[in-house]
Amino acid sequence: MVEALNLIYEYQTADEDGEIESVVRALDGLTVSVEEGEFLVVLGHNGSGKSTFAKHINGILTPKEGTLIVDSVNLDNEENIWKVRQHVGMVFQNPDNQIVATIVEEDVAFGPENLGVDPVEIRKRVDNALNLVEMSEYKKQSPNQLSGGQKQRIAIAGIIAMQPKCIIFDEATAMLDPIGRKQVMDTMYKLNKEHNITIIHITHYMEEAILADRIIVVDKGKIYLEGTPKQVFANVDEIKKIGLDVPDATYLVYLLNKEGLNLDNSLLSAEEVVNALCQLK
Amino acid sequence: MSIEVKNLTHIYNMNTSFEKIALEKVSVSIKKKEFVGIIGHTGSGKSTFINMLNGLIEPSHGQILVNGIDIHGENVNKKEIRQKVGLVFQYPEYQLFEISVFKDVCYGPSNLGLSQQEIEKRATDALNAVGLKQELWEKSPFELSGGQKRRVAIAGVLAMQPEILILDEPTAGLDPKGRDELFSQLRHMHKELGLTIILVSHSMEDVARNVEHLIVLHGGRLVYDATPREIYKNVEHLEKIGLAPPQIKYIIRDLNKRGFNLDENILTVEEAATHILKAIREGQ
Repeated sequence: MVEALNLIYEYQTADEDGEIESVVRALDGLTVSVEEGEFLVVLGHNGSGKSTFAKHINGILTPKEGTLIVDSVNLDNEENIWKVRQHVGMVFQNPDNQIVATIVEEDVAFGPENLGVDPVEIRKRVDNALNLVEMSEYKKQSPNQLSGGQKQRIAIAGIIAMQPKCIIFDEATAMLDPIGRKQVMDTMYKLNKEHNITIIHITHYMEEAILADRIIVVDKGKIYLEGTPKQVFANVDEIKKIGLDVPDATYLVYLLNKEGLNLDNSLLSAEEVVNALCQLK
Repeated sequence: MSIEVKNLTHIYNMNTSFEKIALEKVSVSIKKKEFVGIIGHTGSGKSTFINMLNGLIEPSHGQILVNGIDIHGENVNKKEIRQKVGLVFQYPEYQLFEISVFKDVCYGPSNLGLSQQEIEKRATDALNAVGLKQELWEKSPFELSGGQKRRVAIAGVLAMQPEILILDEPTAGLDPKGRDELFSQLRHMHKELGLTIILVSHSMEDVARNVEHLIVLHGGRLVYDATPREIYKNVEHLEKIGLAPPQIKYIIRDLNKRGFNLDENILTVEEAATHILKAIREGQ
């Protein structure tokens, strides 16, 4: 789905006369490949380059160097960017910045309308999309009365109505409360497992990363760790070193092993840890 | 400064068809120099509650006494109350506007009729209190990172020299490192400046690690008012009211169901590790 090879991207700040003051390298030779149907979580602290990477995938940003192929299309020319955007949707952090219409179903219809889809087909797609995110009962309501998690699901429905192959969630759960986060995560999981949509989820909540097929940890614009959740979270020291957390269960195993126990360091869920500890007693 | 909340009720759009009860008969007391947490999920009434504490919303019924004075009473100087009760809103960095960090922090005190010297002293103290390095003070606030911007915004409130500091979701959107730094700064300020701090959050982990007194609201009602240790024993009920207790509490609960006899007061992973080790070694 996504092939990124040696991506380099720099942000520049200019002074009042337009002279370049400083250059920050946000992506520093990032190489990532995402399979079709994969659920990939991208972790990293603020400023690690994870959101910059996400913004490259559907052409919001273009790399200074490197190659990016999305859905078999090379993003090196502008025409291709429009093609890719029809297949790669993006959900952003702030639910309030993504709603354009005053009625939920009109908001969901906005995307397909702009693609010139037939009105009868739009009706079908909007109903399906709202059904999928479990927001059908709100379709005639105004979005401003919805909770953050509900608004994010409307934003997701708007993307689903465009029938994408891949959806990128750029810290889409960061502003939500625990219930809202769970709703959005459940929706993501369903889209991936039941509808085979490729999911790229950017977050710094470790407990959300446990659901992934694969995790990449980005630091200083490069891949720092990569693997299944079990493989990645087994590296407690490395993860803490770059200012990220690990799930409580993993951290508990880490502390117990430091004191001489010999537990499997890839345990992730509360259940797994409880089972392992009960065998010791 | 102490806060005494008595029978506080607030109804939005009273006597219309949109009538909505946001708070119902909430009574709590917050002591001087306490570090208090308020949690509750969206719609629990926590934002309404803090907006009332500095007089932004007038309650439908009930009283709020700050140092014994009813802040919504007649002849009360609300301006004075708001100076004493500083409120840091959600995403406060959106409110930064000046051309430099230092000027932004000066803005509040410059409206108090103080001398230039006093204004600058307050800004300097506030920026030091939030731990922002001096080399950043002359920069534009928009050049800073998310965590740094947030500290500038908090300094802006601190420069008003409040005695009570209320922060609404101060770590929302920050990464774990930014979050830990901000909390350690808040703990430091609490200790050094002798402030009463009220922290609104929906992260139970954050609250567990930082506050001594916790207030839990649900559907506008007060459901718990105790220490985090005491409250977090109720894993099932907390989950039912839309809060997510730390994963470690589930581990402790399930271990106890299966024959361990661990202290239910355990709050952190470090404590849990110590107790579990002891239990295993004694069992062998």
